[in-house]
Amino acid sequence: MSALAAVAVVESPSSEPAAIAVDGLTTSIRIAGNWYDAVRDVSFTVSRRETLALVGESGCGKSLTALSVMGLLPAGVGRISSGRIVVDGVDMTAATEAGRQAMRGDRIGMIFQEPMTSLNPVLPVGFQIAEALIEHRGMNRRAAQKRALELMELVRIPAAGQRLDAYPHQFSGGMRQRVMIAIALACSPKVLIADEPTTALDVTIQAQVLALLADLQAREGLAVLLITHNLGVVASVADRVMVMYGGDVVESGPVKAFFRRPTHPYSEALLAAMPRVDRPSEALAPIPGQVPTLPDMPSGCRYQSRCPLRIEKCAERPPLNPLPGAPEHRVRCWVRAP
Amino acid sequence: MSAAAAVAAPPVAIAAPSAWKRATRSGGLAIGLVLVVAMALIALLAPWISPYDPDAQDVIMKLEPPSAEHWFGTDAFGRDVLSRVIWGSRVSLFVGTVATLAGVLIGTIIGIISGYYGGIVDKLITAATDVLLSFPQLIMGLILVAVLGPTLFNLILAITITAVPAFIRVARGSTLAMKERDFIDACRALGFGDLRIMFLHVMPNIMDEVVVMGSLWLAAAIRTESTLAFIGLGVPPPTATWGGIIREGFDNLLDAPWLSVFPSLAILAVMIALNLVGDGLRDATDPRTPQ
Repeated sequence: MSALAAVAVVESPSSEPAAIAVDGLTTSIRIAGNWYDAVRDVSFTVSRRETLALVGESGCGKSLTALSVMGLLPAGVGRISSGRIVVDGVDMTAATEAGRQAMRGDRIGMIFQEPMTSLNPVLPVGFQIAEALIEHRGMNRRAAQKRALELMELVRIPAAGQRLDAYPHQFSGGMRQRVMIAIALACSPKVLIADEPTTALDVTIQAQVLALLADLQAREGLAVLLITHNLGVVASVADRVMVMYGGDVVESGPVKAFFRRPTHPYSEALLAAMPRVDRPSEALAPIPGQVPTLPDMPSGCRYQSRCPLRIEKCAERPPLNPLPGAPEHRVRCWVRAP
Repeated sequence: MSAAAAVAAPPVAIAAPSAWKRATRSGGLAIGLVLVVAMALIALLAPWISPYDPDAQDVIMKLEPPSAEHWFGTDAFGRDVLSRVIWGSRVSLFVGTVATLAGVLIGTIIGIISGYYGGIVDKLITAATDVLLSFPQLIMGLILVAVLGPTLFNLILAITITAVPAFIRVARGSTLAMKERDFIDACRALGFGDLRIMFLHVMPNIMDEVVVMGSLWLAAAIRTESTLAFIGLGVPPPTATWGGIIREGFDNLLDAPWLSVFPSLAILAVMIALNLVGDGLRDATDPRTPQ
């Protein structure tokens, strides 16, 4: 009951039905025979043309959330313990493996961090773009290749016609990431999950790829789930942001509100640890300690072991409360949002 | 606009020196390939190039030393040894090639399945492979042919069975490494099925190692065939096989050494040629080979 109410509040302001709705997702992973919750009760929705950024340091559960949505948790090591994931009206958690497989690459596309290794080195890029069309749309080779050429032009690969039969090693990193985007978009998905899509790229190429993504998002009406630890990228492309720590969503809200008033002590610390060109240079403030491993995770608020504001009540898990006067800006903290 | 033009300018193929160039630089692969092709042609063209009927006996001309008429001499029945070596190459090369190809095909498929799925499937296949590999190749072939009987088909079957576990192991190992690569995750994220991933994405990426192994195994298969023929478990006489000719020559080794020497040289030449090819291919496909 309460989970349903939570979705209603997090739901984005636009009136269109959400392209993806995740409700109370809890994902567990097995360590030394015991199951630990690595993602706890995460709920969010992303509408068409909207970008939700998932932020947090390594091990906070953002990639695991993406894998849960894709239905690609490693068998025997990870599982969805509770919650519902609805993509384009299809309940992924209730679907069979075959059903999820049919959704992947068709209605959900995904791009990865490493464009250098995410393409098959022995197959021509044109074929790799065409492959999803052959698999999901039953297109014949020729029609799929023709569409692949259009997609290569769509992602602005110069001289696309000559490059259709080229191999990945003949492309630069930025061009390969464009190929990855073309592959992910081949079947015109409703949802695009971008897992650190620009981390491996030069800064100038990063900007080009982000601009391309924004452009394609507007054109295709994509809902984008952007996973990143780069707050600069968040500020420039996301509509809403969700900060995760230790598998918990600790703060979520519209990007502007978040950057104007980062409220959770972890969000504050993240921003303080980021160098900024618009401020006089000063020593960066690192967050002391590191994310506890799952077996060592404190009960209650998971940030308490590193939090300067810790009070006794933190032993109990705080709810994700809206801030006064800003119902969309929600924070999980007893001190800041009691 | 000009930026796009500048990016477009370099032609598509800016590749490192091709594998072929790297391989043939040292010459081993080229020599090996030429030799292998020559042997294959000799075997294929045997009816046209062999000077005599390999089975035609001529008691007057028996145990003749090499001469202008009989380059490799004649055997105890007066048969032309050159013709017999030429015809014998057909059996040896045919058995070796078919058995190796079958071994490559079956072993690679099983190995990919084993490495890709892991778990209990992998454990069972690996255990069975280890059992088969614990028999020396020759003993294994010997047992199988002895039990099944020495026919051409059984010979191929026996050598295939000895080859399969070796290719299972190579393919499984390469698949295990390949499975961790990002592009396999990308395939899953695209909703591709296991069959497509295994045989369209994993297989072409591991074929370099399989092919190298295959060329070396071809040599081993031909050697096994010859050895089995030598100990009397080959294709039965009067069909000429290299191992059989050597065996027949053994009775007159001191009087007429050419009977055994020439087919032995033929086997040696094939071994050297195939090993040159195997080593050359390995160097060509191994990125760590110094340029």
